[in-house]
Amino acid sequence: MAKKSLMCGNEALSEAAIEAGCRCYFGYPITPQNEVTSYMSRRMPEVNGQFVQSESELAAINMVFGAAVVGARAITSSSSPGISLMQEGISYLAGCELPAVIVNIMRGGPGLGNIGPSQADYFQATRGGGHGDYRTIVLAPSSVQELVDHVFLAFDLADKYRNPVMILGDGVLGQMVEPVEIAGRHVARRQAKEWALTGCRGRAPNKVRSLILGENELLEHNRRLQEKYRQIEEGEMRSEAVEAGDAELLLVAYGTPSRTCRAALREFRQRRYRVGLFRPVTLWPFPSAALASAAKDARAVLVVEMSAGQLIEDVRLSLAGRAVPIDLLGKPGGEVLQGAEVDAAIEKAISMHGLKRR
Amino acid sequence: MGRVQQERLIIAGFGGQGIMFMGKLLCCAGMLEGRHVTYMPSYGAEVRGGTAYCNVIVSDEEIPSPVVAEPTAAIIMNTPSLIKFEPMLAKKGLIIINSALVDRPAKRRDVEPIHIPATNIADRLGNTRVANMVALGAFLAKRDVVQMQTALAAVEEMLPPYRRHLVEINRQALGEGKSFVESRSADAIWGKITRGFGFG
Repeated sequence: MAKKSLMCGNEALSEAAIEAGCRCYFGYPITPQNEVTSYMSRRMPEVNGQFVQSESELAAINMVFGAAVVGARAITSSSSPGISLMQEGISYLAGCELPAVIVNIMRGGPGLGNIGPSQADYFQATRGGGHGDYRTIVLAPSSVQELVDHVFLAFDLADKYRNPVMILGDGVLGQMVEPVEIAGRHVARRQAKEWALTGCRGRAPNKVRSLILGENELLEHNRRLQEKYRQIEEGEMRSEAVEAGDAELLLVAYGTPSRTCRAALREFRQRRYRVGLFRPVTLWPFPSAALASAAKDARAVLVVEMSAGQLIEDVRLSLAGRAVPIDLLGKPGGEVLQGAEVDAAIEKAISMHGLKRR
Repeated sequence: MGRVQQERLIIAGFGGQGIMFMGKLLCCAGMLEGRHVTYMPSYGAEVRGGTAYCNVIVSDEEIPSPVVAEPTAAIIMNTPSLIKFEPMLAKKGLIIINSALVDRPAKRRDVEPIHIPATNIADRLGNTRVANMVALGAFLAKRDVVQMQTALAAVEEMLPPYRRHLVEINRQALGEGKSFVESRSADAIWGKITRGFGFG
């Protein structure tokens, strides 16, 4: 086993990108993800990589575009307001079918908001964010180790599907320090990129563009994109269920609030309440079928999120047609969700839905 | 003193007092002993000379949230930190107070305070900046979260090569903090005995 080291989420994800063979980082500083920019500025030159502190997030995402189009692995990172600025570029990446990894360490919004941890960019991340009919694969890690593993996965998925992949974390995940293992954990699955613009001597020229004006051409392009998104939905849904089998009350949470839920689950299980947890790991594609099966015997569902009610919409869609009540514990505004708040919400659900000890 | 199953600790003081180093050190020592650990700094819009603090959890079990709401212990290096964090402490929580810089004792009666002039002790050792290690030594003397020798190993692991010469004074500082607490409790026991025999 490789040696574990102590790193904050932001540093760990940076080193993971380098371990994954990424040699291009472009970004603009913003709290709570500044450690990424800082780490990359030191580390990229050591591995003969490119580090550019761009003049804005708009420039950063377009530098990523430039690196991706010639076949390089590229990453950028930011936090909520900066990610909003990148949306145009992400739409272009999706339209041109370019692989890229974008990390959003979310903070409180809307607007400049604050620097506290938040999950309020769920809609933006899972519904497209920019213009046009497109999807980004969205990964939601809940520990520093999983964040590292998701960086590896993100690069592989981006290359496999020629699609931007977003890693959605919050300020706590970026800042917290945990033991983590990086070196040797990534089994590289690099694929040749025949589509890349690498100079066309001796072969037909490649074209990468999102301006498609011919009659029905854009329609065809969109149909192909949708077909690709269906393939991703079929192959890449990921989730985790904890003691969901016999759960009468099913908690649903992703990212750091899922850890708080896990602790609450242990506590209520000790008191002989049948509480379970469902954690979507991919937010798009959302693991609807797995959620429906985890909620099979549930008499109530409690969605826990650090936003005012965004994840709950996907939960409702997944459980459409089911009579089970779906409650919300949503905490917006860049404030940390406390264990006591989750406990209180569970108590309330237990009494409201008449759940009994076993 | 039994092994602590889960310690939820807040360490707080001025920026520059080595608050974050203390937190990471404890975290590193916990990791070396194979326990679950998390560390979470206060981040962002902090001001120079303001309060810097971090949350550390060392546990036998998986740690839910790295954010400490109700600390089981606190190490308080300056007055503003005492004002901010004393009310948050869990009942029977341990509070180590750097009495050299904190101008009042703990107010609560349901917590266990240790007042230690950490900065003065560090000055006597010849480096005011090891006050953090004095306080940490006092903490480890009271709470078996990690072994003192593991804390020392963590110091060696965490100090960069150009600071290797500081290992020794950090070791001394940890030791001074520990003996301060131990001598106090020895006094207390001796006091009880003498009172018990009617000498006090």
